Amino acid sequence: MSRELDSIDRAILNRYQGDFPICERPYQAAAEIIGIPESELIRRLERMLEQKQLSRFGPMYHAERLGGGLSLCAMRIPEEQYDQVTEQINAFPEVAHNYARDHAFNMWFVLATETPERIGSVLDEIERHTGFRVYNMPKLQEFFIGLKFEV
Amino acid sequence: MVLNEQDYRLIAEIQGGLPLSSHPYAVIGERIGLDEQRVIERIDAMLESGIIKRLGIVVRHHELGYTANAMVVWDVPDERLNEVGEKLGALDCITLCYQRPRRLPDWPYNLFCMIHGQEREKVLAYIDRLVGSEGLADIPHKVLFSGRRFKQRGARYQ
Repeated sequence: MSRELDSIDRAILNRYQGDFPICERPYQAAAEIIGIPESELIRRLERMLEQKQLSRFGPMYHAERLGGGLSLCAMRIPEEQYDQVTEQINAFPEVAHNYARDHAFNMWFVLATETPERIGSVLDEIERHTGFRVYNMPKLQEFFIGLKFEV
Repeated sequence: MVLNEQDYRLIAEIQGGLPLSSHPYAVIGERIGLDEQRVIERIDAMLESGIIKRLGIVVRHHELGYTANAMVVWDVPDERLNEVGEKLGALDCITLCYQRPRRLPDWPYNLFCMIHGQEREKVLAYIDRLVGSEGLADIPHKVLFSGRRFKQRGARYQ
């Protein structure tokens, strides 16, 4: 996929994973810095969204400061039940993303809830539905956050 | 910053993305009954106060070639946690570094960091090097690569 990106796409990606301008014509301001017309910046963002190279273009919220709950959860699921449990878990709207990992703890998902209290009840529901224990591993301390990708 | 009802409407309106048109903040304002200037002020205030961590592109790293996505977990003695966390968090290739609770006896690891790379072998070699260079040889760690990805989206707010 990344082969389809040209140098202008890369410049856009490397410059605007954050710091998008907040003014009346933000695309124009951003495009000027990249050195292209406003309409071209918009077109390229549309294309990268369509091609699913971008997951979205907008705000990344701080869940806890919005009053929500957020946690990383892990489970140990036998291989033969993995697909079925995945389906059950992904059906919860509070599950933000879910990754398989190569370890006895093989299912890892992030829960995002409207209130911190709701985390516990969703975990209970997941345990009841699936019959497997959920290990709740909320963030206790943050040493760094800068999830940006050079392309 | 105290959020009012208007702010929550704004938060919900833009969570899926900003309109891709030349006056995006005016378009948002029209949808929720605010003027453009007010939308600009409130988004600015939310960024300032950290309610919005970042405004801009959210990439799908997998589609951009970052397919070797490793979660490295460490069982750090409590008295060394801050030292090791700050060391790892300062490294360029590490994109997240969090303390999380141990879940004994099943799960002894209390420090989690993410490394996104393009190839597994390179990520593993990088981890080997940093264990040496940062003096972490006596701290047990495990590398968990991600396999199938089933769901990726941001959190949703009403």
